[in-house]
Amino acid sequence: MNVLNFVNAFFSDSAHWQGYDGIPARLGEHVRYTLEALALAAAIGLPVGLVTGHYGRGGNALSLVATAGRALPSFGLLVLMTTLLGFGMLPVMIPLVVLAVPPILVTTYEAMRSVDPSPVDAARGMGMHESRILFQVELPVALPLILSGLRSAAIQIVSTATIAAYVSLGGLGRYIVDGLYQRNYEKVVGGATLVAVLALVTLALFWAAARAAVSPGVRRS
Amino acid sequence: MIRIDSVTKRYPDGTVAVDRLSLEIPDRSITVLVGPSGCGKTTTLRMINRMVEPSEGTILLDGEDIQRQPVTTLRRSMGYVIQNAGLFQHRTIVDNIATVPRMLGWGKQKARARAAELMERVGLDAALAKRYPYQLSGGQQQRVGVARALAADPPVLLMDEPFSAVDPVVRKGLQDELLRIQDELGKTIVFVTHDIDEAIKLGTMVAVMRTGGHLAQYAPPAELLSGPADAFVEDFLGGDRGIRRLSFFPSARLELTSDPVIPLDATAEQIAAPDAPYLLVTDADGRPLGWSAPRDLVAGDIRPERLLSHGRPFVPGTDSLRVALDCAVLSPTGWAVAVDTGGRVTGVVSQATIGEAIRSAHAAGRDDEKVAG
Amino acid sequence: MNGFLHDFFDIPSDLQHSWIGLVGLHLREALLPVAAGLLLALPIAQLCIRFRWLYPPVLGITTVLYAVPSLAFFVVLINYTGQTELTVMIPLAVYSLVVLVPAIVDGVRSVPQETLSAATAMGFGPLRRYFQVQLPIAVPAIIAGLRVATVSSISLVSVGMLIGNQGALGNLLHDAQIYNRPELTWNSVITTALLAILVDALLVLVRVLLTPWMPSGTAGRKQAPALKDAAR
Repeated sequence: MNVLNFVNAFFSDSAHWQGYDGIPARLGEHVRYTLEALALAAAIGLPVGLVTGHYGRGGNALSLVATAGRALPSFGLLVLMTTLLGFGMLPVMIPLVVLAVPPILVTTYEAMRSVDPSPVDAARGMGMHESRILFQVELPVALPLILSGLRSAAIQIVSTATIAAYVSLGGLGRYIVDGLYQRNYEKVVGGATLVAVLALVTLALFWAAARAAVSPGVRRS
Repeated sequence: MIRIDSVTKRYPDGTVAVDRLSLEIPDRSITVLVGPSGCGKTTTLRMINRMVEPSEGTILLDGEDIQRQPVTTLRRSMGYVIQNAGLFQHRTIVDNIATVPRMLGWGKQKARARAAELMERVGLDAALAKRYPYQLSGGQQQRVGVARALAADPPVLLMDEPFSAVDPVVRKGLQDELLRIQDELGKTIVFVTHDIDEAIKLGTMVAVMRTGGHLAQYAPPAELLSGPADAFVEDFLGGDRGIRRLSFFPSARLELTSDPVIPLDATAEQIAAPDAPYLLVTDADGRPLGWSAPRDLVAGDIRPERLLSHGRPFVPGTDSLRVALDCAVLSPTGWAVAVDTGGRVTGVVSQATIGEAIRSAHAAGRDDEKVAG
Repeated sequence: MNGFLHDFFDIPSDLQHSWIGLVGLHLREALLPVAAGLLLALPIAQLCIRFRWLYPPVLGITTVLYAVPSLAFFVVLINYTGQTELTVMIPLAVYSLVVLVPAIVDGVRSVPQETLSAATAMGFGPLRRYFQVQLPIAVPAIIAGLRVATVSSISLVSVGMLIGNQGALGNLLHDAQIYNRPELTWNSVITTALLAILVDALLVLVRVLLTPWMPSGTAGRKQAPALKDAAR
């Protein structure tokens, strides 16, 4: 049997489409984990990256934090957090947020630093307040890069959220972990396909967001 | 009037960018700060809108210390134009220009109407309003930068090397445009450049600065050219400053003669009469056709294609002595052709006569200096 | 304290390795794929540079591959390569490839056109130009890519624990649960993180050694004092 047969078998089994272990339920859980982790990571990474990037200070400290964040193994951290905090959402959120903060933080900082300094100088010379310079001059120009940081964070969360299943949570990882223990490859492949599709949808959403939010003056230059 | 009063800018690392500089910048004229890189000219400019805070000394705007009003209020009352324009790439041209009016609380319609008016003033096609900066050439972007600085009609305009990033032809166009706009609006303009020719062309007053933030000389351009304060200024002005100074003398008082000017259908007497080595032949409307020695001309059969080129003519009312001299030097006969604004010959003038005029202009200039001193 | 330290490094015998042995195994499982990824990425990136139209589709495919979760990748491969190291290393090599190709392409493309023209004008052939001009100038970008690839590879090896204890230091996580020894979990996480940081630092060192022409203190270009002043 090849992979495509597994996929076909998985998706044509009507049992996989209903109940607490059905595709809609697991997909919903997975999306929820992803959104929560992304929102938390963005709430940490965006403001810090924007402000440090605007003032051009703390780049070295940021890259240390980012390296440390990337160095922590997500899977090990998940197991460790579960040992420390017991089962639940929190031990899953911590490794996902630790995973997602570095790309958001570093790209936001870099995006702000790479903004051409002359419009900023002009804005300041016109008497614009610093906060306005940040949000109305720098942010619109830095937006494509910032979105790309958020995008790679989101993709990594989607892919890594599968490990939540190892500590008895839901999400699409359930199919993969359960399938592994039950030696049910059809389930594993089905779960993997769903995760990959979800990642592609995430890509598409970010592409659409960039189309909608980035000024044509920035996109084309 | 902007008064810079013994201002010093010292950075934490000990470098002194500006050293006890005092300068009085007159209203409604262009004051140019010029000097080599590292002379503190940009720092001086940026201290006027407090982009840089002086370490010592004060700057007064109409008698009031600029420190006494909020920094954003001060900056909004001064237009600011920088190299590369510094346009907001995510905003359309019209919205770029409307930035300061919008910040001052104007309605969107009013601000855009004002922006459209300014686009016309700086010579930008109205069709560009909805474009984005990347769709404009460097020269056009710089015009937008000037329009944006003028948008809220500030009395003061600070310009930091605004034209140094464009090619010479475009730069000349922008300079002429600035002079024209200044004629119409009469702003107090402080202009920074490293190009001495630009300084001499644009400045009512020119402050030459030297490395270390010292003022070397502060004078009108003609005076700068005739009497550089020291070797540094002389060296910075470059060679042929005598010739360049002629730009400041009008050619209107040149003594023209129309004796050697004859029409295409001249008679033999007309050809023989003038005691001149060369004759200038004009067409029926009085426009110059070319020079010829009298012996090469046959009455009734003067062929325009056999004449020597008349060179470039000058217009006595508008052009300077420098242009007149240039025309004479370039003319194959050594005589310059003067025309009116319609291109009709009003007379010719020899190099010798121009030389005489230069000598008397210099003498008059020296007398003026004595009076001023 | 001594008791804790003793427990900390007391690796259960079913793992068949000492702590040092596990570290070695972990590095092997993490670094070999990165090396393989780099070897594959160089020619692919060169093709993408030579044929510009190739880059967008390659970028698309690699992004999709990156989106496949590592665990799923491992499990699917079991069918073909069994519960072996190879099953863990193949996906890691693919991830490295995915990170490295854009890094190399962007790095090589960032070499200024004037520099290339100058090299050509001096009589450099295409091959010589690539190895002596383009590649060295692209080194910082390539190493930046290598850092991301290596660190994430070291982190991901642990997941291999789930497919028949192929996770090196990750296997400690399993034993920690079976034998109820939480200090083994700490050991796994801390050792893995330290390994990642150490290898990362080593790569930074390599970059500094390979690019003596780069100004040190690379983070944050120096700002003109006047600009800083105005930012207040």
